[in-house]
Amino acid sequence: MANRVDRRSFLKIAGTSLGIGALYSVAPLLGADGEGSEIARMLWKKHGERLKPFSFVQLSDTHVGFNGPPDPLGTQAYERAVDMINGLRHRPDFVLVTGDLTHDSEKPGEHADRMKRFQEISSRLRVDAVRCVPGEHDAGLDGGALFRDVFGPTFYSFDHRGVHFIGLDNVSRAKPEVGPEQLAWLKKDLARFPTTAPIVVFTHRPLFDLKPEWEWFTSDGDEVMNALASYENVTVLYGHIHRQHEHAAGGVRHYAARSLIWAFPDPATTADKKPLPFDKEEPFKNLGLRLVQEPGTRGAVPDPPTIDDVELTMREYSGTVGINQFLKEGAAR
Amino acid sequence: MRTGQDCGRKVLLAIALTAAGLTFASPFHARAEEAPGPRVVAITARRFEFVPKEITLKQGEAVTLRLTSEDVTHGFFMKALGIDAVIEPGQPTDVTITPQTTGSFTTICDHFCGEGHGNMHMTIVVQ
Repeated sequence: MANRVDRRSFLKIAGTSLGIGALYSVAPLLGADGEGSEIARMLWKKHGERLKPFSFVQLSDTHVGFNGPPDPLGTQAYERAVDMINGLRHRPDFVLVTGDLTHDSEKPGEHADRMKRFQEISSRLRVDAVRCVPGEHDAGLDGGALFRDVFGPTFYSFDHRGVHFIGLDNVSRAKPEVGPEQLAWLKKDLARFPTTAPIVVFTHRPLFDLKPEWEWFTSDGDEVMNALASYENVTVLYGHIHRQHEHAAGGVRHYAARSLIWAFPDPATTADKKPLPFDKEEPFKNLGLRLVQEPGTRGAVPDPPTIDDVELTMREYSGTVGINQFLKEGAAR
Repeated sequence: MRTGQDCGRKVLLAIALTAAGLTFASPFHARAEEAPGPRVVAITARRFEFVPKEITLKQGEAVTLRLTSEDVTHGFFMKALGIDAVIEPGQPTDVTITPQTTGSFTTICDHFCGEGHGNMHMTIVVQ
């Protein structure tokens, strides 16, 4: 049995990008495979880790309240994404939102109204939880005070079915940085876990120097990644750049989700940080909603989802304490 | 007849004059011997622009950028030139650099200052 319970058949995290963000399915074989189910039951009984397949969705940069060029659609793309998520065949367990939920406003009361509007729309999601971290448009002007009032802490962690999720705030200090207090908290939070634990970090700005001239960086991102360096299975999900992007460094994979308001161009192709123009013929083309079609149905079905394979970072002998103990015991049999 | 008191007065006067002379002379000598300070370039920050939009520096020349804000707190960041400053309103911030590399360097406000913050930048050209 142990030979079959490796990283691929036990805690493989396969991902699909639906354009609305990234949908990750964890341990797809557990639910389908009788043996996998048996393993999950044993782990649950022995270690209290009830592992079973799950998925979640990442959304980013909805900028609720933004009005002006290039986007005349307001919250339509966001609301459309909510409908798409609710229409998924396999219901995701939760939704992560990686910042810039709202567009900032200095008009008294207006920003709070925009946060409420975001919540009204997200409340339609048929998921158990919506977990958010702020972007600079949510928290840059007031140090995150309003965000904390409405959504709670700007950084935190939680565990979900054997995966440790860490939400980091690299916007509330106004400059693109996490800051020493949060770094100290991160190190303390990580200390509870073995180096094999699967970890997902979600934050707003990239934690590496993607394009500093466009403020696509976190000045102390290296310190964050150093704190994570000894962990073998780390994936970073972020937003801010309004376009898809993948980056690998030090065994960690970083994935940016597209925006739901407007798209930025590839910085390798232009020096100007200007949003891509709105195309009224294809209003959602640049907003992260990708036209995906099943083989043989091209053009017949509007906007069906397609699959881009994305895997969360996992290495040989990966997993939580329970999984590793199980593997060890299984291998010894 | 000179008294000991008169003699003491003259000595004190001589010491005072010498001291006064030194007081006036020293700064003059010091100024004459000091190397000229870095050229000062004034840059003003206001939402959501820097004025001027472009400055030109010489490779290897030390320059002090005197940064002032007309409204709110701004940032002034250009990693390749080693610039990472905060500009508080009403409080000039001096940043002295000696650029070693020629090129055109986009310098940004990296302290969130409002809706147009994302496009607040200027160019430092080094020749």
